Amino acid sequence: MNEMNSDGYTTADGRRIGGVLMEMKNITLRFGGVAAITDISFDIREGEIRAIIGPNGAGKSSMLNVISGFYIPQEGEVWFKGYKRGPMKPYQVARLGIARTFQNIALFDGMSVLDNIMTGRLTMMKSGLLGQAIWWGPAQGEETEHREKVEKIIDFLEIQPIRKTPVGRLPYGLKKRVELARALAAEPKLLLLDEPMAGMNVEEKEDMSRFILDVNDEFGTTIALIEHDMGVVMDISDRVVVMDYGKKIGDGTPDEVRKNQAVIDAYLGVAHD
Amino acid sequence: MPEQLLYAMEVTLNGLMAGVMYSLVALGFVLIFKASGIFNYAQGVLALFAALTLVGFQNGQVPFAHLLNAVFGTNLHEFGWHLPAVVAIVLTAVVMVLLAILVERFVLKHLVNQEPIILFMATIGLAYFLEGLGDLMWGADIKTLDVGLPQGISETVESVTDGIFGYGFFIDNLDIVATVVAALLVISLTLFSQYTKYGRALRAVADDHQAALSVGISLRFIWVLVWSIAGIVALVAGIMWGTKSGVQFSLSLIALKALPVLMLGGFTSIPGAIVGGLIIGVGEKLFEFLVGPWIGGATENWFAYVLALLFLVFRPQGLFGEKIIERV
Repeated sequence: MNEMNSDGYTTADGRRIGGVLMEMKNITLRFGGVAAITDISFDIREGEIRAIIGPNGAGKSSMLNVISGFYIPQEGEVWFKGYKRGPMKPYQVARLGIARTFQNIALFDGMSVLDNIMTGRLTMMKSGLLGQAIWWGPAQGEETEHREKVEKIIDFLEIQPIRKTPVGRLPYGLKKRVELARALAAEPKLLLLDEPMAGMNVEEKEDMSRFILDVNDEFGTTIALIEHDMGVVMDISDRVVVMDYGKKIGDGTPDEVRKNQAVIDAYLGVAHD
Repeated sequence: MPEQLLYAMEVTLNGLMAGVMYSLVALGFVLIFKASGIFNYAQGVLALFAALTLVGFQNGQVPFAHLLNAVFGTNLHEFGWHLPAVVAIVLTAVVMVLLAILVERFVLKHLVNQEPIILFMATIGLAYFLEGLGDLMWGADIKTLDVGLPQGISETVESVTDGIFGYGFFIDNLDIVATVVAALLVISLTLFSQYTKYGRALRAVADDHQAALSVGISLRFIWVLVWSIAGIVALVAGIMWGTKSGVQFSLSLIALKALPVLMLGGFTSIPGAIVGGLIIGVGEKLFEFLVGPWIGGATENWFAYVLALLFLVFRPQGLFGEKIIERV
């Protein structure tokens, strides 16, 4: 990594990465007596694709849930856009501009693809309850405006043919894509992807990698993603945090992480002493 | 046309209208069940409470008069004014929204992520509480409710059918009004849920809580919203049933008639609540007409429940409900 400083750095392919967008300071998360995360600190910079990797049970999903407000850590601080974030409900975090997808896909199965993606824009709709109820005034224009944005995202992710299909009927790979679309519809500052390629075949994985890179490139969205498969992630991410047994064992560019002895041990399963 | 057939037609028509009244109650159940998976035992009492409050406002009754008099030795009974029906209805709707906020604040909020059976028990408690509160606020005597809805046999229908068939149908005016109101209610609920952002948020919460949170929907707000809507639907049911048979405790028992409707229509479907109500209404009237005389009559008391039982055996998810298939 060259010329890393508080203002950011330039990647090997010439993308400019900005200052710190989100910073996790000494996060510890416990469930009863079991520590899921122990004293982990790292930052996510503006415009970056940041991966969190590690073997099963390393605490990656817990970390993502802390960032998105689903878990509240016992110790440590979460800083976003230069402000310390107090304990927040997940919906409040979402309104700050942090969107996410889920490992097991959490879509609204009964609704069409279009409606699902429209829910991503709920927080941006300003008209009040009464206006909405009687469908008058700003409510009308607003719906059309948000529809246009959503149609752009649908084009971008190449899911036009299934716009009106109820999500419950879609195959797994497409569901993952619709979930990404819904997260994008919120025009997030930070996009969190929980195992975006889990359970996919090689071709689907390649498609998803391409979409992630395109999203980052086109919209300048900062992305933090979790994977336990090293291969794909190393290719697309700028910096990688490696977790094992709830602790951070490595942090750096993919090349640096690959050479890290602790990381190699964790993945090859060297006995802990 | 033979007299017997015409009479059967009249019975069917009357059944349809009675069915609409059942549907009105069932609708409130479906709304809450869809959004939060709670079977709201208090729905019938909500209708009673709404009707009591409406009568109280109309007649200018002092709320908690008995309690106040007993505690302070005063002699309050009425404010001495009579509110127009429209004003009283709007005020009652406001009370129902306040009630929804209180229910969320003091009951639901503390039971997040609990098993459905726990929430069900909580609504039983709520039912008894509201029943007592209604008595305490407005007194336990039987009241008549009159918001100016037409009542009695419709002469228009009678003369028109007489002209066509040579046989006048007896249809209650109130039933015709109820049908129109129910239709408007269903249309507006459908439009609200399909085309507004709050409707979309509501459907989202009904579908998946976690996903709803992740797109920035506040569950608490949605619960207040859905209980408010259910409260207002209960108000409409309360007005119709209260006008028909007086405002008294037995009004809350109409909820029991809504149960077979839900079994038939499915707990999660608004059209199901309507169709289920119509089938029950027509079914019990026709059964009484055709089979009643053979087995000694009074079949209307149990027909709906037997029909519901048959549905539970052969189609447990109801006509429109979601079939639950567990993946193994």
